[in-house]
This record gives sequence, structure tokens and C-alpha cells, in this order.
Amino acid sequence: MFTYSLISGILFGLFFGFMALGLNLIFGVMQMVNLAHGDFVVLGGYLAVVLYSSLHLNPVVSLVVALLLFFVVGLLLFFPLIPRLSNSRDPEMLSLILFFGLSQVLEALMVIGFGDNPRSLPLSIFGNAPWHFLGQSYQIVWVITAGVSLLMIALTYLFLYYTRTGQAVRAVMGNRDEAMASGLPVKRTSAIIFSLGLALAAMSGVLSPFMIGSLDPTSGLGLTTIAFAIVVIGSLGNPLGSVLGGLVYGISLMLMQTYLSSWSVLVPYLLLLIIVLVKPSGLLGKGVRHA
Amino acid sequence: MLNSLASRSKQNASKRLLANSLVPLLVLAGFSLSPLVYANHTILFQMMAFMALAQGVNLLYGFTGYLPFGYVGFFGIGAYGMAMSIQLWHFPGLLAVLMGGLLSVIIAIIFSPLLRLSGAYFAISSLAASEVLSNVVSNSQLTHLTGGPYGESLTQSYHPLTSYVAMVVVLVLTTVLLIVIRNAPFGRALMAIREDPVSAAMAGIAVVRSRSVVWLLSALIAGLTGAIFGWHLSVFYPSTVFDLNISILAIVFTLFGGSGTVTGPVLGSIVLYGLYNAIGISEPQYFQLIYGLLIMALVLFLPGGVVSLIQRRGNYVP
Repeated sequence: MFTYSLISGILFGLFFGFMALGLNLIFGVMQMVNLAHGDFVVLGGYLAVVLYSSLHLNPVVSLVVALLLFFVVGLLLFFPLIPRLSNSRDPEMLSLILFFGLSQVLEALMVIGFGDNPRSLPLSIFGNAPWHFLGQSYQIVWVITAGVSLLMIALTYLFLYYTRTGQAVRAVMGNRDEAMASGLPVKRTSAIIFSLGLALAAMSGVLSPFMIGSLDPTSGLGLTTIAFAIVVIGSLGNPLGSVLGGLVYGISLMLMQTYLSSWSVLVPYLLLLIIVLVKPSGLLGKGVRHA
Repeated sequence: MLNSLASRSKQNASKRLLANSLVPLLVLAGFSLSPLVYANHTILFQMMAFMALAQGVNLLYGFTGYLPFGYVGFFGIGAYGMAMSIQLWHFPGLLAVLMGGLLSVIIAIIFSPLLRLSGAYFAISSLAASEVLSNVVSNSQLTHLTGGPYGESLTQSYHPLTSYVAMVVVLVLTTVLLIVIRNAPFGRALMAIREDPVSAAMAGIAVVRSRSVVWLLSALIAGLTGAIFGWHLSVFYPSTVFDLNISILAIVFTLFGGSGTVTGPVLGSIVLYGLYNAIGISEPQYFQLIYGLLIMALVLFLPGGVVSLIQRRGNYVP
């Protein structure tokens, strides 16, 4: 039982780390918490469900569609909203409220467009053969999802560390004012990261029906809380932190489900409360965070 | 010259006093008399409950800058404190309501370390705290204490008139409390803390103590409101009193009217709760769409809420 919870915890953890990645990037660069993050995850899930049921598109193809579509959505949302917000009196608090409004709008639009009923994808989409490992067997979709998540996290890492734009992103994360003073295109970088953050959220959403089960329009806020907990457990602005936070979350969730199943719904909330009260800079955090 | 200035400021002060005392009087008169002409008492009762909650959010957010997404946790705990006092100890209704408020304050003391956080961290952590409370209360292993997922049924102490009057009393007291705090040095100290805690501390303001007092008071308001709300319903489930939409509505009402003033939440509750009843009950998603868009528009164009339109011209708004 213990090995089973540990391995499935790792598989789920990789997925949840990927789900939190977009939130982490947006907070790191813009100091704004995207409260609508979970709603973009759910939107990605709906995209996968719609593309699968109408066009029989494989979710792997939907991943690419989600990336392109939500990158454009991100750009369309960024320019009317964010520059105006950054110039206001209290950007941090106002952005929280703005994204909260956006999350309400998205939730309402999803109810209007798709109805209240939960939607899901068949788990047998990649075949029924289970994956055997150390004497236990796991759903093959879990392994594929975890693999895709790991690949996406690795690509994001390469983007941040080995491209010019990625270096600019890390400079802005480190110190916004100094980055601006050295002539880096801070606004363009922010726009790219905002759109990328939404696209990553939607991509994880495409995979989410396999891991979370069914999605309904109200799942968003819960997913935002989980993603925020993961981001805080790892550290802000560090993609490896997301992986670590995801693993901590996934493994604790699976252990609780195995040994204390009736209390397992509390896991994300308790983890979040413990970490913000005991070590608010996160497990990989170095200095003090000003937020 | 000096004399005329002094007499003018005196005149202004008495005008302000009049404007300030007008708000709770209007609230009192409005909710005491309207049941005589308007038959749907449930709507009036719920409007009062949301107005009290909006004032609680206003006290915390408008005066200290802490935005409590999990404010509904105190509301739900108040309802459950009341229900458990009646079910387990057979308290009379009004005493049970006080117990609900008390339990809510005790929970606020337990969660007071959350005040060490700020901004988004506080907002989301308070949400997590309210989810913890809701999941503990509705856990099936606690069915013998809280009724678990099966909820509470208090039909033996159902008393719609007394609970309506109790709600009027709590609402008016809350409004008066807000006015007193806003005009007292304590309120100005709170606003100084909100703007810059370090400078406020250097000016000799007890930052931690002031914040904690506001935190406990706002928990008390939500706890009493939740207790009376549960009493008025007399049958409820954890999902009824821990519904996240309760916090969301209270926050939206406050922001719409204008936080940091006393009139703002009153105005927001009347206008938006009226709108909610016109379209929100049958088609909640359209109401949600409207207030989502409204919030975004407010943040971008009118962060001070509707009352800031009046304040902008130099008029005083209580």
C-alpha cells in the first residue's frame, strides 16, 4: 500500500506541479496572483472534452491547440487590463480583486456555454493496459500525464535558462526596477509571461480530466487554491519549486487517501496554512518575500 | 476671520454628526417598517444579513486592508455554534445566538496568526481556513456533534419574528460600531496602519493589538449574523452556511458601494441584493456574469466604489 501511494503520489505530484507552473510564472514576474488560474485550467479541460467529443481529437493534439489558443487569449486580456492596473495606487490588492472578477466572469460563461453538469474524458483513451511497477499496477493515463507534465516543466526550464527572453524574464523576476533601468523590455516580457502562464494553465487543464476526474464550472477556485499552495510550498519564480511543491502535495494527498481517507479533502488547505505560517518563503526560498 | 473659520468648522462638525447618525437611523427605520408594507420577509431578512456581513468585510478590508475571502467561515461557525448549543445543551434561541458569536470569536483567536500574512497571502489563506472549518464541520465522523453532512434541524426553536428582530438589532449595532470606529482616533490609527504599518508603529500605534481587535470584532459580527441566519432558517446543511458565495457577495457589495465608508456597504447591499433578487434567483449565472464584469470595471475605473463619485466633488460621505 505504501509503495502504491508513494508512486501514484509522484505521478499526481508531477501533474499538479505542472498545473501550478503558470501561476508561479505570473506571480514571479508581475507580483500578481492570478485568481482565475483554476478557471483557465477548467477551460482547458472543456476544450479537450469538446475537441474529443466533436472531432475525436486526441488530447495530445488538444495540448497544442490549447497552447496557441490561450496564448492569444492571454495577449488579448493583458493589454486592456494589466498596464492600467500597474499604474494604479495599490496594484497587488487591486489585481487580486480584478482576477477575482475575471474568475467570476469565466465561471458564469462556462455555466452559460456548457451547463452545470460535470464533464470528463474516458480514461481508456490511451488503451487499457495498466503499467506495472514494483509489483503494483497503475493507470496508463496517469503515467502518460505525468510524463507530459515533466516534459513541459523541462521545456519551461530550458526556456527560462537558455533563451534571451527567458533571461529577461528571470531578470524581471529578480528586480523589476533594475531590469527596467537596464533597458529590458519589461512590458513585453510581462505580456509574454502572462500569456504563457494562461497557456500552461490551459494545457494542464487538457490533461486534468485524467487526474482529477470530472470538471464542472465551479472547480476553478479549488484548483486555484491547490495551485497557490503548491507555489508557496515550492518557491516563487522557480520552476523546480513547482515540481517540489507538486510532489509534496501529491504524495501527502495519496498517503492521506490511503490511511485517513475521510480527512483527505483537507490536505491542500492544511498544507497551505502550515507552510504560510511556518516557512512563508517556501522550501527552496532564500530571502524574504515582499508580498 | 479666525472666529468665522472656527464657527464654520463647528458647523461642519455638527453636519457630519447629523449625517453619521442618519445612517443607522435609516437602516433601523427601513428594516423595522418595511415588513409592514412588503410581504416577502425572507428577502428583507437576507438583505439585512448580507448588509451586516458587508459591514464586517468593510471593517476588516476598508480599515486594515485585509481582504477575507474566507469570511464565510466565521458565518458558518456562528450558525453551527448556535445550532450545537440548541441541540446538545438545549439553550434558548437568543442565548444560543450569543454562543454562536462567542464560538466564532474563539475560532478567530485560533486563526489570528493569519494576520502575520498580508495581501494575497492573507486572502487565499483565509479561504483555506474557511475550507478547513467547512470540511471539519461536514465530516461524517463528527455526525454526533454537528450532524455532519446531514445538517442541522432546529424546528423546535424556530421563531421567525424574534430572529428578524435580533437581526435588526445586530445590523443597527454593527452600523453604529462602524460609525464610532470610523470617527474615533482608533479608526484613524487603523487607516494609518493600512497605509504604512512601519510608520504607524513608529508613531506609537499598537499595530498588532489594533489589527487583532478589528479581526475579532469582524468575526463577532459574522458569527452573530450566521447564528441568527441559521436560527431563522432552522434547517440548514454545511453547504448552506459555508457557501463561498456568501463571502463573495459580501465582498462585492462592499467594493461596489465603497470600502472604508459606512454608507458604501449599505448602498451596495440594497442595490446589488435587489438586483440579485430580480435576476439572480432564476438565472444565477447571468447575475454572476454581471457582478464579475462589475468588479472588473470597478477595479479599473472606480476603485473607491460608487460613493467616491460623491466624495470626488468634496462632499462628506459618512
